[in-house]
Amino acid sequence: MSFDYMPYMRENRLPHMWCPGCGIGVVVKSVIRSFEELGWEPKDIAFVSGIGCTSRAPGYLNVNTLHTTHGRAISFATGIKMHRPDKHVVVISGDGDATAIGGNHLIHAARRNIDITVIVNNNNIYGMTGGQYSPTTPLGAKAATAPYGNLEPSFDLAKLLIGAGASYVARGHVGNGRQLAKFIKDGFAHKGFSFIEVVSNCHTQFGRRNKMADPMNMVKWISDRAVPAKKFDEMTEVEQEKHFPVGVLHHDQSRPEYTETYEKLISKLRAEVSA
Amino acid sequence: MSAKAESTHKMKFWPGNVVIAEAAAAAGCNFFAGYPITPSSEIAAHLAAILPKKGGHFIQMEDEIAAMGAVIGASLAGAKALTATSGPGLSLKLENLGFGYIVEAPCVVVNVMRGGPSTGLPTHPAQADIMQARWGTHGDHPTIALVPAFHSEMFLETIRAFNLAEQLRMPVLLLIDEVLGHLSDGMIPPEPGSYEIINRTLADGPPEEYKPYDDSKGDVPPFLPYFAGAQWHTTGLNHDETGFPTTNPELVTRHMQRMMRKVTGNRELIDKIDYFMTEDAEVGIIAFGSTARAAMVAVKKAREKGIKAGLLRPLTIWPFPNRQVKEFADQVKALVVPEFNLGQIVYEVERSIRRDIPIKRVNKVGGVPINPGEILAGIEEVA
Repeated sequence: MSFDYMPYMRENRLPHMWCPGCGIGVVVKSVIRSFEELGWEPKDIAFVSGIGCTSRAPGYLNVNTLHTTHGRAISFATGIKMHRPDKHVVVISGDGDATAIGGNHLIHAARRNIDITVIVNNNNIYGMTGGQYSPTTPLGAKAATAPYGNLEPSFDLAKLLIGAGASYVARGHVGNGRQLAKFIKDGFAHKGFSFIEVVSNCHTQFGRRNKMADPMNMVKWISDRAVPAKKFDEMTEVEQEKHFPVGVLHHDQSRPEYTETYEKLISKLRAEVSA
Repeated sequence: MSAKAESTHKMKFWPGNVVIAEAAAAAGCNFFAGYPITPSSEIAAHLAAILPKKGGHFIQMEDEIAAMGAVIGASLAGAKALTATSGPGLSLKLENLGFGYIVEAPCVVVNVMRGGPSTGLPTHPAQADIMQARWGTHGDHPTIALVPAFHSEMFLETIRAFNLAEQLRMPVLLLIDEVLGHLSDGMIPPEPGSYEIINRTLADGPPEEYKPYDDSKGDVPPFLPYFAGAQWHTTGLNHDETGFPTTNPELVTRHMQRMMRKVTGNRELIDKIDYFMTEDAEVGIIAFGSTARAAMVAVKKAREKGIKAGLLRPLTIWPFPNRQVKEFADQVKALVVPEFNLGQIVYEVERSIRRDIPIKRVNKVGGVPINPGEILAGIEEVA
């Protein structure tokens, strides 16, 4: 029997605004499947985003949805989670939104280890504004603002987040939806800050400028470079440059989660007050 | 215990920043997010200590922008939320403050004003963020800003700021300055129950039919927090009554005009003015905040010299009391407008009175407050 996405969707908001073949659809499907498999009720979920193509995703889902300012989704999500630590808080964001203008919020939420899941649809470009280079645009790739090729090195987001203290870090890609859904589900289930990078395709803005205007070509380009993390580690540096590792790259269940720590403080102080 | 001993026992010598923190807690504030900045930091430090004892939450965010974001996020989840900052911090918060206006999230933002622009005079007072408060964030938007001048007043005006935010479903600014924030003054905190606490009106009816911007019952749409079964959509894009984005000119205009009417249509609720010795006044002074304290002394000194001076002191600076200022100006021969900046609110005064009478500006920057003598000199010049 085919999976029914509609209980989690706002059918009257369709059709969506994404280009045909856009990678975001794979991500949204994985998010909905994970909600369903974990038995999360729509009323108990806050789905928060910033600005950009990816950040339009919450509008289509029938949960509590918050489409904030550019880069700031995680700060709004932090306020929600602090006030309602009993609820599920998920952020979806693009590479420009989460790692350029919103980079500070991303690393500090990871450092706090607050129980929020951040999914970054990394399509290596600013799509909505017209294809400008982002912090994850590969060196040399062309963009609207990099007509001679990108001069800036890019972030390795998984490494950045592991370094910042995220307790669950996984990388998947849009060429393998089933695997991606598992990473997202495990990230949701993880208690603490979880980060899932999704290597994704924007054939319209990135592909068109880099000889991959057809979505299937671009997804193939992504899939061909994806290798399991273990295999990646065994590669030579030259081979590694042509690939990226996928998998659960970091999972630490020993770090205390921030809101739990705060709730313990409240209980302790309140016990002292009433004693 | 004698009545006198009892009142002495209840007397607190708090700096203004602590007064605001205590008053926020008394108003039911259960969420604070902030970022360290002089001269407002004591508000955060005090709430970090007292909020968790009451089951509330405090968080020091990674920057000013995040603090404003967290406050709005918490508010949408149902919290009574506060942030406190100073000019440079408010400059950073402005985009998210605008988000607060357009999504109609109740919250309170304190600005303990210091000298500027830029880093300016971090440890010295000013009243130079008055126009920023009104016009700082981009786009048309309503503004409510309160400017208390005394410690007991800071307590009650903080509560009023929360009440207005909740009642009108919008951010409310509370502007004090470094003098008020750091000055310790004696006050007896009002007893709980002696002041009104107003919470946002919650929508009735089935949550699945909730419209977050329903204007059928008035200009302030009833609220439902997240996780109450409504699953509503919140966006900084212009939106229709359902909360979803629209570019329909009629719907956008309707949304914007309703948002403005929350302030223009509720002036009797928002306006607050203190008149000091104005009944027979011939020289009118218009001043607010800490400068108004000096102005009150100047009024008394002028009267000792036989000049009939009187003070109009707005406690609500935005919306500006244009009508009341005009009525006051019609009564006097000349006006004196002292403000701790190089001239901001005087433009609103001029705009309000539309009459050719002498207006003496008394302006000062440099971090040393305007003293009564300087205001008196202004009064004598136009008397």
